[in-house]
Amino acid sequence: MAAPSLRDGLRAGTAFALPTFVLAVSFGVLARSLDWGVVAPIVFSAVVFSGSAQFAVADVLDAGGSAIAAIVAAILVNARFAVMGVAVASSLPGGRIRRALEAQATVDASWAIANRGGGRFDRDVLIGATLPQYGAWVGGTAIGVLVGDSLDAEALGLDVLFPAFFLGLLIDELRRGRPQVAAAAIAVAVSLALVPFTPPGIPIIAACLGALLGLWGRKAR
Amino acid sequence: MTAVWTSIVVLAVANFLIKAAGPVLLGGRELPQPLLNVIALLAPAILAALVVVGTFSEDSSLRIDAQAAGVAVSGAAFVFRVPMLPAIFLGALSAALVRAL
Repeated sequence: MAAPSLRDGLRAGTAFALPTFVLAVSFGVLARSLDWGVVAPIVFSAVVFSGSAQFAVADVLDAGGSAIAAIVAAILVNARFAVMGVAVASSLPGGRIRRALEAQATVDASWAIANRGGGRFDRDVLIGATLPQYGAWVGGTAIGVLVGDSLDAEALGLDVLFPAFFLGLLIDELRRGRPQVAAAAIAVAVSLALVPFTPPGIPIIAACLGALLGLWGRKAR
Repeated sequence: MTAVWTSIVVLAVANFLIKAAGPVLLGGRELPQPLLNVIALLAPAILAALVVVGTFSEDSSLRIDAQAAGVAVSGAAFVFRVPMLPAIFLGALSAALVRAL
């Protein structure tokens, strides 16, 4: 019954299931090492389904930040999904409730795969690509949490995975053009300068100042 | 840990709204270009800050250690267009090796 494009999406999404799984395991291990218990990390992955937001929360809480600082950091990190949502808005059919639900399939890799250029997105590919990643994310978190006790995350270098993951996404962004490079450079300078003096989470929020460069740009993409 | 559960509940709602906002509110409507430009640059700014904080920040101070070495190796791999999974594994392996020395 699956339309070819949904199957295309599933196939493409399966390729991203493995890195998603590995990141999810490392999140589970990290969460366990932070004494979050067994249930909370798995629920977190099931209802938020966002590596960048979840690692941001772990980052801020681990560094001694408050829940509010963690939430603000995670929302700012995920603000990019609002942008992606605007981009896919005209490609999602149906009424508002259906669009709201289908928009939940918006994750980095699926959004990129579903992009057809010229402002068009393939709804079937978007959803098809996200399904295997969701399974890998929740399942990987559960496994990470369960084996977390027996793993020394740092000895295995697992603490590198999520900054490296963000760096990979960042380098993709930098390839889009000079405004992205300038915004990132300002963000690096601001966050490096603020880390020693502000509560955790603030450097990331302040780094968004770099994005105000867009006010002077003609057309960032 | 209350902070963890507070974060989970609030972010479940917030994340739903963030993803739904565009498709629900802006069906076909155009945003002013300067705003779109700012939104487009949020991603590189936030990602850069996340890399900095995740890599160099430890208890409100900056340091360069095995983790930073690993992230640097991954970064070099990304620059040479190594795909995501092998690149991050290469970084993790490098950090593990540095720590084992």
